[in-house]
Amino acid sequence: MDSTTLIAVASIITAGITTGIGCMMPALSEGKSVASALSSIAQQPDAASTITRTLFVGLAMIESTAIYCFVVSMILIFANPFWTHIIAK
Amino acid sequence: MELTPDETVFWHYGFVTINLTLVTTWALMLFMVIGSALITRKLKSNIKISRWQCVLEMIVTFINDEIKDIGLSSPEKYISFIGTLFLFIGMSNLLIILPWYTPPTSSLSTTAALALSVFLAVPFYGISTSGFFAYLKTYIKPTFIMLPFNIISQLSRTLALAVRLFGNIMSGVIIVAILLSITPLFIPIVMKALGLLTGMVQAYIFGILATVYIAAAVQESEKKARKIKLQKST
Repeated sequence: MDSTTLIAVASIITAGITTGIGCMMPALSEGKSVASALSSIAQQPDAASTITRTLFVGLAMIESTAIYCFVVSMILIFANPFWTHIIAK
Repeated sequence: MELTPDETVFWHYGFVTINLTLVTTWALMLFMVIGSALITRKLKSNIKISRWQCVLEMIVTFINDEIKDIGLSSPEKYISFIGTLFLFIGMSNLLIILPWYTPPTSSLSTTAALALSVFLAVPFYGISTSGFFAYLKTYIKPTFIMLPFNIISQLSRTLALAVRLFGNIMSGVIIVAILLSITPLFIPIVMKALGLLTGMVQAYIFGILATVYIAAAVQESEKKARKIKLQKST
């Protein structure tokens, strides 16, 4: 295996693992937060608007971790600096 | 496949490059400025107002209420900045319903510029409301040991703001592009509808986070104002 193949293999595998794990964990935590928000809305329907607003902000913060992983894997696949370095040689 | 609209270059001379991001941003700015100028040309305070004036009033009232809920007691001072951020991001994400439109927020340069303006607005509002030294004092709260961490948090949250908006919008664009090549019939429309939702939520989040950061910088003078108000009322 020459270095081009090595870099390609490492980038593809890492991109898959990054998005896989990076989507799994935020999905779990988002499910937890939505579940607790739903139960608290069921207990206190009057506070629904406040809970919903806080929930949305929190969900976006949690989701941004998944987005970071997605951005990293997109960089690995489409704009890989090591790959362009090797190709340019 | 193109990752960002930065890669579509129309005109290039020296260090000046005009790409799709710039063109859409300026078109969007023109659209918003001319649209709001047309609407606010003949404002009325009768019982019966025009439909578009009602829309604008709803938006402005909504932003004012949100700013006030977070803890800035005089939202008129901040709505020019936060409202502009929210309206620009929201409008640029909402217009993905148009064909052949790539939102300028799907390029990292736009979102980095927006995040940088938040980064600069925080000390600006902090200094203008509570004074230079009082603002600097917020860096050594609660103790002096927290100084490096406060500085790091300033930088990292700017990065997070930029990458969050960019990643969300860019992922929506890329998912639609990938689905168009796999299942071109109905599924991309569903994903675009989802993109509309996340786009509006992201615009809301960006505005809310900017407000929270500004509120943290001006909290000292807000506290003082509240104390004075309490003393006056008793």
